[in-house]
Amino acid sequence: MNSTRRDILRRGVVAGVMATPAAGLLSSCAMGGGDDSGDDTASRGEKTAENPFGVKADAPLDVVIFNGGYGEEYAKAHEAMYSEKYPNAKITHSATQEISKTLQPRFVDGSPPDVVNNSGAGQIDPGGLVSQGALADLGELLDAPSLDIPGKKVRDTLLPGVVDVGSYDGKFLVLNISYTAYGIWYSTKLFADRGWAYPKTWDDHIALCRTIKAAGIAPWTYAGKHPRYMSWPVISTAIKLGGLDVAKNIDNLEPNAWKSDAMKTSADAWHQIVKDQFILPGTPGLDHVQSQTEWCRGKAALISCGSWIENEQKAVTPAGFDMAIAPTPSLGASDKLPFEAIRGTAGEPFIVPAKAKNVAGGLEYFRTVLSMRGAKDFTQKVSALSAVSGAADGVALPPGLTSVVKALDASGTSGFNWVYNNYYRKLERELVDAACGEFFSGRIGPTEFLDLCQKGADMIAQDSSLKKYKRA
Amino acid sequence: MRHGKYPLIITFLVPPLLLYGVFVVSPYLQAFQISTTDWLGYSADANFVGLDNFVRLWRDDYVWNAVKNNAILLALLPVLTIALGLFFATMLNMGGRGGRAGVTGVRGTAAYRLVYFFPQVLSVVIIAVVWQQVYHPNAGLINAALKPLGIDGPSWLGDPRTAFWCVLAVMVWANVGFYVVLFGAAMQAIPRDIYEAVLLDGASRLVTLRRITIPLLWDTVQVAWIYLAIAALDGFILVQLMTNGGPNFSSDVIGLRMYNTAFASETKFGYASAIGVVMFFLTLSVAVLALRASRRERIEFS
Repeated sequence: MNSTRRDILRRGVVAGVMATPAAGLLSSCAMGGGDDSGDDTASRGEKTAENPFGVKADAPLDVVIFNGGYGEEYAKAHEAMYSEKYPNAKITHSATQEISKTLQPRFVDGSPPDVVNNSGAGQIDPGGLVSQGALADLGELLDAPSLDIPGKKVRDTLLPGVVDVGSYDGKFLVLNISYTAYGIWYSTKLFADRGWAYPKTWDDHIALCRTIKAAGIAPWTYAGKHPRYMSWPVISTAIKLGGLDVAKNIDNLEPNAWKSDAMKTSADAWHQIVKDQFILPGTPGLDHVQSQTEWCRGKAALISCGSWIENEQKAVTPAGFDMAIAPTPSLGASDKLPFEAIRGTAGEPFIVPAKAKNVAGGLEYFRTVLSMRGAKDFTQKVSALSAVSGAADGVALPPGLTSVVKALDASGTSGFNWVYNNYYRKLERELVDAACGEFFSGRIGPTEFLDLCQKGADMIAQDSSLKKYKRA
Repeated sequence: MRHGKYPLIITFLVPPLLLYGVFVVSPYLQAFQISTTDWLGYSADANFVGLDNFVRLWRDDYVWNAVKNNAILLALLPVLTIALGLFFATMLNMGGRGGRAGVTGVRGTAAYRLVYFFPQVLSVVIIAVVWQQVYHPNAGLINAALKPLGIDGPSWLGDPRTAFWCVLAVMVWANVGFYVVLFGAAMQAIPRDIYEAVLLDGASRLVTLRRITIPLLWDTVQVAWIYLAIAALDGFILVQLMTNGGPNFSSDVIGLRMYNTAFASETKFGYASAIGVVMFFLTLSVAVLALRASRRERIEFS
């Protein structure tokens, strides 16, 4: 009696142990997912001039915001504006710092949110999303009329490059709602006190570095642990020398794009700040915030960064520091682009997943964000430029951002950008990054530096598991 | 009494087994399955590619570089940590200078014990952040201390020649306190009269450690060895926070390769799972080997 019962029990336990993983596999399989086709015609209502995407007035809208430097208040304001037009639509707002980890399961099981602010360190690799067809085409949005700028399509209200940087093989898939300039930053107060002027030519730049060094200040510092920050001035200098094709060839992974004459000349030039020890000693051991802090403390005069630096350094910037952005110095008279040309690009990416329940609502949300009212509100709330042209007019901006507006104005149509970092995240984040680290800490020369970058690009080009994009 | 036994066992056994099955066993099994696909992580589409990921992995220099670093960790972390742990534990438990009868620790043992255990209380993330500041090339504790001596310290985490060793040092620092306590507790269990006897025979402290303490502690050392070997194959958190594998991949480890492949610079979940599967077998073999290699005849005292 006793033994039979024990046998039965033993069998039961064994069966339980065997069944548990199987049940787990079935119920929680990481790859198992819904098979819905992503066809959203059923979820759309009638399209009218007022409602170009056919938003259903009562369709709920699920918005996920990256809770980083910009916070989430600006998004709540946008959502409130959406609610004004569609009061019956229930908006679910959530904010996280870990976009990728939070949303991956929802992408896989086919129930992603309608609007995702795919940003921050935990951003989902955009190239990966595009290659998996996970993003809705935002083309419709560009051709829709602007919400409050009369007579203009959304496309015509955007700053140059906003469409380009969000396009993959000609399809507009990612909307970047802010606008960032990348350049070289300095304290206008420090320069004025010492009687220095920001150099327009390379020779002046080197001469100034000598003066600065003689004054007991390091001319340069950079984000030693993220040395890709220094790839930006190197590529910018090359583009200004050799024209826009320099960037295009790099983006399209053309053979030896990194070893073009312009890149060689630029790398040779930048090598001088290493050779002549113009870089703050110990810089390779600093991360971006540590190096920017040394710069704010006046230990170094110049640093390469994007326009987010002012926000990032808010807590440690001394009063009256008056930071300003400037373009990279021109190499010489033969430069194809003027000194004023600066790298400007849209940032803060937003997407509508292809499998979202309310794609039309997502598009309409973007139209709200890109309305003049939405854009002005964004600029005011987060102290950053909007992707909408003219949104900063009449808004009081801090000194750094004011200089960014001026620099972008001066740059005008000669502004430039590159996108390989969006297409192939690994190339910039790991490979070019490592090469820059070696180059700017002086362990390798300019030839080896470009060889290393090219080797990385070739590796990406030969990787059959990565989808390749061509830039127009 | 007997009648109530099985329901009781079941009540206590099934929930943990179920949890273990769902949250531990099934992800492992899934990782094996995913490692044979080209899954990119954000759709339900994945194609079976057989062992392609493993072939690719075999040819991936960056993975080999990471494996090499883990191998160095494996060779050094257990030895250094256990050696330091034994040394400190000995000093705390029987390092006191003679004069009085009996075997005692050095003066201030209680305070030392507390201090050694500090790192164990801190979360790894905090340890990483604190040490990042200690290694700060210009304002950090180390270089600030070197400056008055006229030495311009290196940039530590910023130099491929030193970055990896800096992380190793922090790993040892963070682990040693726990083993001091572990070994100390085991030493308390060794009968005092053995020590008194060898002291009377005139054995030095080193001989006592080598001939008496270590053989009697061997079981504990063995356990420590396995734990540390497994920790050496990981090292992910400290490396990611302190150097992110850099500069120029000089401090990369397998765990970071896996993470970056899946979450950071790419979304190749299939390939990352293959790295995970390799890591799983590496860890398993290392644990088994460590057990085998350190197996000795057990010395009992009664």
